[in-house]
Order: sequence, then structure tokens, then C-alpha cells
Amino acid sequence: MRVVVDFDLCESNAICMAVAPEVFEVRDDDFLYVLDDHPDESLRDKVEEAVRRCPKQAISIEED
Amino acid sequence: MRTIVVVGASLAGVRAAATLRAKGFDGRLVLVGDEQHEPYDRPPLSKQFLAGEWDAGRVTLPDATPASLDVERHRGTRAVTLDVADRRVDLDDGEQIRFDGLVVATGATPRRLPSQPELPGVHVLRTLDDALALRADLERTPGRVVVVGAGFIGAEVAATCRGRGLPVTLVEALPLPLARVLGETVGRVVAAVHSDHGVDLRLGVGVEGFVGTGRVEGLRLGDGTSVRADVVVVGIGVAPTTGWLEGSGLRLADGVVCDPSCVAADGIVAAGDVARWAHPRYGSIRVEHWENAIAQGEHAAARLLAGSGPGEPFSPVPWFWSDQYDRKLQAVGRPSAGDEVVVVDGSLAERRFVALYGRDGVVQGAVGMNRPSAVVRWRDRLAEPVGWDEAVAGATPGRRG
Repeated sequence: MRVVVDFDLCESNAICMAVAPEVFEVRDDDFLYVLDDHPDESLRDKVEEAVRRCPKQAISIEED
Repeated sequence: MRTIVVVGASLAGVRAAATLRAKGFDGRLVLVGDEQHEPYDRPPLSKQFLAGEWDAGRVTLPDATPASLDVERHRGTRAVTLDVADRRVDLDDGEQIRFDGLVVATGATPRRLPSQPELPGVHVLRTLDDALALRADLERTPGRVVVVGAGFIGAEVAATCRGRGLPVTLVEALPLPLARVLGETVGRVVAAVHSDHGVDLRLGVGVEGFVGTGRVEGLRLGDGTSVRADVVVVGIGVAPTTGWLEGSGLRLADGVVCDPSCVAADGIVAAGDVARWAHPRYGSIRVEHWENAIAQGEHAAARLLAGSGPGEPFSPVPWFWSDQYDRKLQAVGRPSAGDEVVVVDGSLAERRFVALYGRDGVVQGAVGMNRPSAVVRWRDRLAEPVGWDEAVAGATPGRRG
């Protein structure tokens, strides 16, 4: 899977970081960084939860 | 279970329905909602939608839509009676549905002022129809907007209307905006933010009455003054939508009373704004926030499928956000107005900070302004009780704002 963030929508609410810190990090500059845009399948549940919990619906998963 | 009925087709109800399917429930799934629209997302209604940046087609709910869930959908239909003993929900179109499992997710209804008339130009904001009506009115009558109530909805509506270039008066009975939840320290910052954006703040003053006959023309305030209004938005909070449950046998006390796992009665769970449950750490609470509706909808659905027994408690650290102008407020835990407040990061002066809220020697919550990553880190920490002294010890006194 590939993690895609629409940075025009992202407002750095940082909920994705709370759910899947292995993949998402909002740094002190208040910007979101995708740490791993091809995360391991073992992280799929967490990434899907991050997709559901994003208040801006800015995260999606594309299948490779 | 053969039939599960979900009453309420907004975030909590839709998440519950999606979770039931995801967890393998393949019986009859009925989704009842009193609105005609497909399920939609409420937070943008006071922000991007009201600003005119997004249209109604953009205000959709994430992930699962009813079409993809194989649900029997009742739109524009209100549940009017629940019979717990008979396991039956009656709808306002006369249909009666027997169920094996029930999810109560009827949300909340805006409170109205005692003096509030049914008068053109006077609005509340909860539903997409409310937002459509308000936006159309702002476009037709681009004059002074008076917002009554400086809670989260009111403060966001005021900010959005300023963004539209409209003159705004914000009337609040308490001495400061957001003071009921966030107290005075943060309330003062929020007041200054609105004031700097040209909002006419009328604080510590109630509404005596409305002026106008064919259409609203103004408000009479408790201090004897009046304010002219072309459009009025009343945002004084919501009450859980439990009227249809009177006499059902469910216990009601400012919400549907549930056990720690969101069970209201055998085979009946509740989620979202309508649910009052026994949180293992915070006691009996009801949470009116977006993310809680998702998490509780999911939890309640899983709980329903798990059957009898004590069930897993629902014990989140609540989180919410509010966007006003270029400021993003976020809160975690259960901050309240009576708590001691210490700024531990950034400063009130630069309007970029994290404030901790403490009571009884324990951190109750954290509130941030434009500090999202720090707030989320506090959310992680607050999953376990954090002592107040230990928490504020790391704060530099000079940076307390």
C-alpha cells in the first residue's frame, strides 16, 4: 500500500500521528511528515484508522 | 442476531453500521435518520461550507457510505418510540421494526433561547439544511451578523462571517468566549483574537428579546442596550436528542445512560452526542465531539456483537479541535473552567501555546493553540493519570505566558 496525503487539505491536526506514529509525524514546525509512504502490511489497520480519523479526510491509501 | 437497527444516520450511527459489517454481521441492518441528505460531515458546516469555499457535495462522510454497507435505509424518517421489552422501534411513517440489537445514535438538538421567535433571519446551526439556510441568508442579506453564544459553534461562525467580510457582533452571557469549557486564561486569548479581527464583543450580557416582525431587525440585551442585526445565529449549545426514548425503559439523564462499555440495556448500545456513559477514569460523561462519535460508534457496534457479559470499557482520552481565523484550538482530556491552568509550552502572548488544566493533584487535560503535535503528545501521556506537580515542573516559569 502507498500512503497519500493531500497537503492542500491537511491542517496538521496530528490525529494520524496519535494513531500511527510509525507512519505520520507532525513536527514542531506544525507540518505533517510522512515517515514511511510504503508502510508494512502489519500497519494496515493503523493506517486505515488514521484515514477514518483524519478530520480533513486528507489521507488515503493507494494499492501498489 | 438477525436484525440490528441503527437510529441516527450521522457520524456515530454510520460508523457503527460500517463496523457491524466490517466485523462480519451479515443480517438485516436498518439505518434510520430524520434527514433527507445522505450522511455528511458536520465540522465543515461552520467553516469551509459557511465560508462558501465548499459546496454541499463536498461535505461527505469519510470511508463507508450507506450504499456500500448493504443497509435498509430510512431517510427523512424519525424514530418516535422505543419499546425495550418488545424489542421494537416505531417510525413516524408508521413502520414498526423488531430488532435483536439496537444502536442509539440520535445525536443532539440545538438549544433555543426562551425568547427566540420563529422569525426569518434567525438561525441555528446543526444540520446541513441549517447551514444551507444560513449561507443563503448571508448571501441574500449581507449585513450585520449577530452571533448569540461564544461557545465553539458561535466562535467559529463569528470567525467565518468575518472571513466573508461581514460585520459581526458576538454576544455571550459569560464574561469570556469558550469560558464554560476552557476557563478564563484561554478565554481571554480567544477574546483578543476575535477582537483583533474586528468582532464587536458583548460579553457578560444575556439576550432579553428579539426585535422585528416580518424579519429580525435586532436584539435587546440584558444591559439595556440594543444591537442591530440583519442575521442572527443562536449557538448556545445542544441537548441530547432523547425525547423519543421517554417511557422506553431506558434510563435518561442528560443523555442515554450506559455502562462503561456503552450498553444501555440488554442488546441496546448508544454512541455519540446522545450517549452518557461511565468512563472508567472520568466518571459519568457525555462527549459532543467529532472524533468521539467515530470511536464510540465503532466501540458500541463491537460491543453489541460481543453479546452479554461485562464488555470492554470505552475509555478514550477525548480530543477535539476548533478552527477560528488562523488559530487552531485543540483540547485533550477533560479540561474544565474551575481547573488550575499553567502554560507549559509557548506563550499566551504569541497565541501559540499549550496550557495544562489540573485539579485534585492530577492533570485533567491540555489545551493548545497552534501546537498540534504537542497536544497529541499530551494525549498520549494522559492515557494514564499524570500528577500535576510532576507535569508543571518541566515548565519554565518565564514561558508561562
